[in-house]
Amino acid sequence: MLEIKNLHASVEDKQILKGINLSVSSGEVHAVMGPNGSGKSTLAQVIAGRDTFEVTAGSVTYLGKDLLELAPEERACEGIFLAFQYPVEIPGVSNLYFLRAAVNAARKHRGEDELDAIDFMATAKKKMASLGMDNQMVSRAVNVGFSGGEKKRNEIFQMALLEPKLAILDETDSGLDIDALKTVADGVNALRGPERAIVVVTHYQRLLNYIVPDFVHVLADGKVVRSGDKSLALELEDKGYGWLGNGARPELAVRA
Amino acid sequence: MPAVTEELSTYLDIFGSRAERRRAEPDWLVERRNRGMQQFAEQGFPTTKHEEYRYTNLAPIAKTPFRIADGGTVTLDDLAPFLYNGIKGDRLVFVNGQFSRPLSNVADLKASVTTTGLLLADNPAVIAPHLARYSTERNNPLAALNSALFSDGAVVRIPEHTAWDAPVHLVFVSTADAPDTVTHPRVLVIAGRDSEASVIETHCGIGDTPYWTNAVTEIVAADNARLDHYRLQQETLSAFHTSLVEIHQGRDANVTTHSVSFGGALVRNDVEVVLEDENSECTMNGLYAINGRQHVDNRTCVDHTMPHCTSHQLYKGVLDGYARGVFGGKIIVRPDAQKTDAFQSNKNLLLSENADVNTKPQLEIDANDVKCSHGATIGQIDDEAAFYLRSRGLGESEARSLLTYAFAADLLERMKFAPVCDRFESLLMAKLVQQRASKP
Ligand SMILES: Nc1ncnc2c1ncn2[C@@H]1O[C@H](COP(=O)(O)OP(=O)(O)OP(=O)(O)O)[C@@H](O)[C@H]1O
Ligand SMILES: [Mg+2]
Repeated sequence: MLEIKNLHASVEDKQILKGINLSVSSGEVHAVMGPNGSGKSTLAQVIAGRDTFEVTAGSVTYLGKDLLELAPEERACEGIFLAFQYPVEIPGVSNLYFLRAAVNAARKHRGEDELDAIDFMATAKKKMASLGMDNQMVSRAVNVGFSGGEKKRNEIFQMALLEPKLAILDETDSGLDIDALKTVADGVNALRGPERAIVVVTHYQRLLNYIVPDFVHVLADGKVVRSGDKSLALELEDKGYGWLGNGARPELAVRA
Repeated sequence: MPAVTEELSTYLDIFGSRAERRRAEPDWLVERRNRGMQQFAEQGFPTTKHEEYRYTNLAPIAKTPFRIADGGTVTLDDLAPFLYNGIKGDRLVFVNGQFSRPLSNVADLKASVTTTGLLLADNPAVIAPHLARYSTERNNPLAALNSALFSDGAVVRIPEHTAWDAPVHLVFVSTADAPDTVTHPRVLVIAGRDSEASVIETHCGIGDTPYWTNAVTEIVAADNARLDHYRLQQETLSAFHTSLVEIHQGRDANVTTHSVSFGGALVRNDVEVVLEDENSECTMNGLYAINGRQHVDNRTCVDHTMPHCTSHQLYKGVLDGYARGVFGGKIIVRPDAQKTDAFQSNKNLLLSENADVNTKPQLEIDANDVKCSHGATIGQIDDEAAFYLRSRGLGESEARSLLTYAFAADLLERMKFAPVCDRFESLLMAKLVQQRASKP
């Protein structure tokens, strides 16, 4: 589904991704871990199409298409979803209006009829209930005045409505209380299926108890320095990242 | 008095030619007209040497010998973009400065909404204390010219203890059939003690030759009057528009004035508010959305003269293309005006790197127990927000439009008549699309 080869990306002449290789097939769940500043969010944002980062080498293929050629909105319409590490506050735009516009953009892209406000509300209500979101929260301006946990839940709510083929969750678990963590995990698990793939970026093994990954990758200094199965996450929890040599030893990199 | 230049002689001549007409008017009005003409002749058109006109060059207006507009035919269909079917209430339409009975919709013209001409003839005592009094004291040369030359205008008188549900809509339309015509629209709103009403002014044009609208609105809000005032400026892109809104408020009076500027090539709006008695409150909302080479200058001044008064100003601008915005806001707090609460904010969203804004807040505070704040911002579309929207599937232009709408939303929503709010929301969106279409 997603094939990343030798991906290099930089911002303002600073090299951040230094040759990422990663391959994700449909039906799989991948976890990406790694120290702060190693490039996890950069990787996620490059996949979503953020143009702050310049791709200087390498390729990303998604469902047979050259992903790097597509605008962010085209990627979204083709089924890519990024849950932001830091969801953006947008004063003046109501959550529901925004979400309907997003859902309809994808429907239009697929050649389907757009949903009117009433049909959309019916769909939204179901997802809201399962994610414990109240009316008041979804009618407010996007993320404005939301607590950290509410913002993350709002990301998952968006994901649930957009039903992406490839969901990338950038630290959606960070800072959540236990109930919210379960809600988020349930939301992600509900999306799991043979047609979809999920990449979770996280610092914590705890999330992976709820969303069990098929593969775990460690990013350090802009490279995948280690890949393994879910036991790698446990090992990292135990030993930290030090034993991986801080990415300085590329021979440790193993392709999944 | 400086030598009478060619710029001024046009207007002195017009004034001279109206001596006969003035003989039919009451003495107090003739006196105010004379004073107006004198003030204008003494000061002439403001130039960029005047601090308050530093960023706005009125030379294109000064250089043109404008003739007083007359005649012209307009149909209700022509006016459709400026009328609101969803809003009931009286409507007075002025075509090229002249009252049009057929286009207007007033049950009993003499009751409360009327023209200056009629009211002058019928009951001069009602308006003598107000008409052209405040604007003359203001010493604003363009308002003075209006006082000297205005003919038809609207008088809205809300009787004491009366609440009107429906707004009064005043429409001033220029047909600009021939180039270089001017109108001097005049409005007087007398809001009686403990009254409640809304007044909407629309200033618009339908032709495509250059014309000038030089409008003056005087608002007197007596004790505990509540007034919601809208000034919707939808002139053509060939138009010059200058205006003064002068508001005087009594004790416990509460006035909101909305100023929306979407049209005009060169626009200068002055709003002067005097809070004359205790516990008076004024809210000033301004929204300008301009593109191409439009230039819009908004200047406000709130004069707090007595204790416990409140003023809130929020002006926002959306500027695209080569548009230029200017904002100058002043808050004056007199020595007696303790416990003043005055707030002023000007925010600008630049959608193009060629658009530009000059904004200058000013405070003059002579009391010590007051709460005053002001601020100004000039920014662009937030890249991060735009990316967030696009990452959810919204197209680039849709994301920009939505963020622009969001920027202006609070001001749109403050307009309490939904049809007005909706109209300007779509005009804003249309303006964005239009600008993008004209980009290479
Ligand atoms: N817009 C930017 N401008 C400059 N440097 C940036 C920018 N974005 C990211 N960086 C830098 O790139 C590096 C990688 O950042 P990134 O956010 O991808 O790390 P991360 O692995 O997600 O870290 P964390 O675990 O803290 O979220 C960091 O050194 C960061 O400071
Ligand atoms: Mg990160």
